[in-house]
Amino acid sequence: MLIFEAEKVSQSITTVESLGKRRTALRAAGVSLVALLGTTTAAMAQQVNDLPGGPAVNQLNFAPAVTQIAHEQAWLHWFMMILCAVIFVLVFGVMFYSILKHRKSVGHKAQTLSEPIWVELGWTIVPLLIVIGMALPATKVLVAQKDTTNSDLTIKATGMQWKWGYDYINGEGEGIGFLSTLDNTHREMSASGNPPPMDNYLLKVDNPLVVPVDRKVRIITTANDVIHAWMVPAFGVKQDAIPGFVRDTWFRAEKTGDFYGQCAELCGKEHAYMPIHVKVVSAEEYTAWVAEQKKAMAAALDDPSKVWNLAELVQRGESVYAANCLACHGAQGKGGGAIKALDGSALVVDTDKSKMINVLLNGQNNGAMPAWKQLSDTELAAVMTYTKNHWSNQTQRMVQPAEVLAARQ
Amino acid sequence: MSAVLDHHDAHDHDHHAPTGWRRWVYATNHKDIGTLYLLFSFTMLMVGGVLALGIRAELFQPGLQLVNPGLFNQLTTMHGLIMVFGAIMPAFVGFANWMVPLQIGASDMAFARMNNFSFWLMIPAALMLVSSFFFPGGAPAAGWTMYAPLTLQMGPSMDAAIFALHILGASSIMGSINIIVTILNMRAPGMTLMKMPMFCWTWLITAYLLIAVMPVLAGAITMTLTDRHFGTNFFNPAGGGDPVMYQHIFWFFGHPEVYIMILPAFGIVSQVIPAFSRKKLFGYASMVYATGSIAILSFVVWAHHMFTTGMPVTGQLFFMYSTMLIAVPTGVKIFNWIATMWRGSMTFETPMLWAVGFIFVFTLGGFTGLILAVAPIDVQMQDTYYVVAHFHYVLVAGSLFAMFSGIYYWLPKWTGVMYSETRGKIHFWVSMISFNVTFFPMHFLGLAGMPRRYADYPMQFADFNAIASVGSFFFGIIQVYFFVAIIIPAMRGKGEKAAQKPWEGAEGLEWEVPSPAPFHTFETPPKLDVTATKVIG
Repeated sequence: MLIFEAEKVSQSITTVESLGKRRTALRAAGVSLVALLGTTTAAMAQQVNDLPGGPAVNQLNFAPAVTQIAHEQAWLHWFMMILCAVIFVLVFGVMFYSILKHRKSVGHKAQTLSEPIWVELGWTIVPLLIVIGMALPATKVLVAQKDTTNSDLTIKATGMQWKWGYDYINGEGEGIGFLSTLDNTHREMSASGNPPPMDNYLLKVDNPLVVPVDRKVRIITTANDVIHAWMVPAFGVKQDAIPGFVRDTWFRAEKTGDFYGQCAELCGKEHAYMPIHVKVVSAEEYTAWVAEQKKAMAAALDDPSKVWNLAELVQRGESVYAANCLACHGAQGKGGGAIKALDGSALVVDTDKSKMINVLLNGQNNGAMPAWKQLSDTELAAVMTYTKNHWSNQTQRMVQPAEVLAARQ
Repeated sequence: MSAVLDHHDAHDHDHHAPTGWRRWVYATNHKDIGTLYLLFSFTMLMVGGVLALGIRAELFQPGLQLVNPGLFNQLTTMHGLIMVFGAIMPAFVGFANWMVPLQIGASDMAFARMNNFSFWLMIPAALMLVSSFFFPGGAPAAGWTMYAPLTLQMGPSMDAAIFALHILGASSIMGSINIIVTILNMRAPGMTLMKMPMFCWTWLITAYLLIAVMPVLAGAITMTLTDRHFGTNFFNPAGGGDPVMYQHIFWFFGHPEVYIMILPAFGIVSQVIPAFSRKKLFGYASMVYATGSIAILSFVVWAHHMFTTGMPVTGQLFFMYSTMLIAVPTGVKIFNWIATMWRGSMTFETPMLWAVGFIFVFTLGGFTGLILAVAPIDVQMQDTYYVVAHFHYVLVAGSLFAMFSGIYYWLPKWTGVMYSETRGKIHFWVSMISFNVTFFPMHFLGLAGMPRRYADYPMQFADFNAIASVGSFFFGIIQVYFFVAIIIPAMRGKGEKAAQKPWEGAEGLEWEVPSPAPFHTFETPPKLDVTATKVIG
């Protein structure tokens, strides 16, 4: 990677540059130019490698295709590129020939050209035929791409600020549902401004979407708050996830492996931090995974009528907070900008729990604080208890799952 | 000359012209107002440019070093809004103000006071837009496209931006009415429509586009405003509204808007290429028809911005075909320009360099547009850096480069002095190279799937981002050089005195008046020769 190479060059120049003290923009700009000019051919000590199923270092073209549609898109793109390149060379060959030969400095006198109608007609009709030639194969691919019928498996992907929710709603694994969130250490590395070189930076999630290989998977997209887009380049799939509406797309992965994508529609502050990770596994592995998930779900099923003690709720709440709230409200509960602080918040420490329950269930400020009703009663009770008993909020007050359940009705 | 200048009765009205600050605040003279427009748009170009450099500085390497993601989104949003509504659109109105009356032999714009109003309206609008950074919660961060329902989450600055756009829209509509009436009513006898210079033709068509679509934008943002404050649910899904409807309305404005920003550029290039090829424009009539075709087609292609929203297959097919069709009239224009150069007697003064550079780089943007039009490929590229590369190739290398061409071409007429060729060429070459260093790598980033509007990105994208950031700083600095080394000396009258017609091959009525163009020109309609390019008596 040039930038890390640039780093090395600058270190060899200034010898005692510490890694932490890197990069004032100007110096790095100069150094990277040096690196560009001088070391592109040198063997590069790359600290970041290609991520299989994700981006490659300095990737120049589409991701290697693993679905029929992605293969066809790549073919179409090459087809278009070659046609455009040929036209480009022809047209600008003429222009640069003219620039060289028909200049006043070589004594060329201007000659008025006649304007026969066939010339004008010719360069209208020929391009028309070319674009028709381009549109025909594109039509075939487009029709195939939009055909989401006869799927083996249907999964609903729900975009939320800022994570993905997956619900297996048809086919093997029906009933499984979970959230998929960026690994929080990656978010912290990003905020630190100095992330160490790594291959899956900003692409690592807690729970990847698991699908079987060689099955037609239909993805239904929707969203809870604003528009998001579910994209996996290797599958040739990108579909907006629109609140209040459902849309669909599909893929049939040709091989097993991990494939990555990111949210592709501006969805607010943390837009860059809601990656997509699809794990394609063999049919047997998939069946085993489904069985495991079902078992875990049964075990994790919380009885909302269970009465918890404070320590249990706070402990449970801590993980709920980390997965759902921390991205905005921060580890210190201080919020920031439009994001309200929880530490010391009147609402949080209020003896009347119903207000806070209401905010969590329904959201606030037009969704700036989203609704969290997709979390279970126990999770909501736990996270509220956690915030009521963490930082400076030592209220000793609890919210029990039954209270949340009651507020839902 | 007397028909041009009317010296004999100049004293009857000349002495009413105010001086000092009143000259500009009360300006009704098309040349003064044109100058105001151009200076205003250059200021906005600098403001938008600083925001762009903020974006590129943050993206120089992975990790957040300078801004948080919320501020990053404000930078991208405001960069887009300021460049589109504050820089490019007003700059072309400035060109129109200066050149349309001179080119058609009119004494001024048709509605001189409305002309003043449409300029001065922009100042409060621009202040409101730029000051939105200081509102609680910061500037709007929903992207320049302002998609619902993200706009519902924005702070009060969103309302400021909406009002600012309303006012800028009103200003544009007034400007357009003025241009249409001037062109249709005030041409000198003998200046028939089909003898009119291409710049006037492209602006006539652009002005109709503006009148057609600015109210559509106003409607979309008004509905956003009532959704935000008055309990309507046009676009709010929580109340049964349709966020995709917003996109349809926005892009019904937005696509013609793209042509609003490029057609006058075509007009400028169509003036410059013949002048420095010392030939007439090849296929004048087909240029007019091609411009008209592009304008009409621009109304039926809007949903190609929305291929991933999940339109039915027939909808996608329609918008794919109609979009690809635009390549045909655009191609005609490019072929005509090259045919104009063919067997000419070319020289390469700075205006010509910019014009040739425009054709070359804009065509690259045209090809990527054609590739994006193919819906199955667009699914890979939608909302990635490929799109960012594409629209900067057509808006920077297209609109902005053509404007530079026009500025160098007409600057001697505006100021009466020649600019320095050496400095002009430095400006061109550094801009051309740093532009490509900035934006060419973005094609690769987009193909590799890096989404746009990302404050941070996977490390595999680091090198191309670093290269783009380095290029952007050179591109920014050279525009400051342009202002300091070209514009300021020209405005202060420093430099070699310009002849009435400093370009050997230039044709048109603007070269029939002295340099600098006097305050009043063509006060009585000039008598024109048969080609309507020369004043006879």
